[in-house]
Amino acid sequence: MRVLAALLCGVVFGVGLAVGGMTNPAKVLGFLDVTGVWDPSLAFVMGGALGVNALAFALTRRRARPLFAESFALPTLRDLDRELVVGAAIFGVGWGLVGLCPGPALASLLRGQPEVFAFVAAMVAGMSLDRLRRLYT
Amino acid sequence: MIATSFTPGLSLLGGALIGLAAAALLLADGKVAGVSGILARCLAPQRGDFAWRVAFLCGLPLGATLVIQLTGDAHGFAITQSLPVLVSGGLLVGFGTALGGGCTSGHGVCGLARGSQRSLAATLTFMAAGALTVFAARHLLGGG
Repeated sequence: MRVLAALLCGVVFGVGLAVGGMTNPAKVLGFLDVTGVWDPSLAFVMGGALGVNALAFALTRRRARPLFAESFALPTLRDLDRELVVGAAIFGVGWGLVGLCPGPALASLLRGQPEVFAFVAAMVAGMSLDRLRRLYT
Repeated sequence: MIATSFTPGLSLLGGALIGLAAAALLLADGKVAGVSGILARCLAPQRGDFAWRVAFLCGLPLGATLVIQLTGDAHGFAITQSLPVLVSGGLLVGFGTALGGGCTSGHGVCGLARGSQRSLAATLTFMAAGALTVFAARHLLGGG
């Protein structure tokens, strides 16, 4: 049940990414290009997602536990640290170079475009680099 | 550089579906729908914490492909970067999200919905860094 629920959530998430336009890198770059021909669409994606999720989060928080698991796995870190900000900045540069973030990159895999495969392979390599860094520092 | 058209209705609907999916994953499995974190922790699998991750990640291309097959590619797909730029971008996105503990979905959608200050700082940072990068690429260097 837990795995099936995750699959369904992934499908709906992927549907949302495609409907909203997040899966077109040109549209993402158009959103980030605030001084050029700005396409503000993705602010509506963020707004819609945030609105529905914030409402649902308020309702979910009243429950003692999720439907199919023992407990809620929510982040426990509270303080701002250098890794958070430096990591977000590095991510933003990569996002701005190509117009793909992790969700839309994976959602575009079945298009069969070699560009997407190259990006996803590099992304997984980047994540592995951070894992190595954590092991050796 | 390719200009795209403003699609407020479709984008709001797509966003609402993303929010719904994120909320459902928390309600059903108690998990945060942060794509980079779900993927990154697949690379070092823990017992009993792997199958749901793979299932969620497989759902993303299935859902997106379903939409494109059923309704046509409303937004299109255009990627014009050279291979070195694609690979550099992928490396930066992978390393940055792993170091910063989240991406657009984890910090931007789930973290902000919880009122997390860390996620607010991260979201403002990656939005600003993304906008500056596009500014530099398109308006200073004349590419992108």
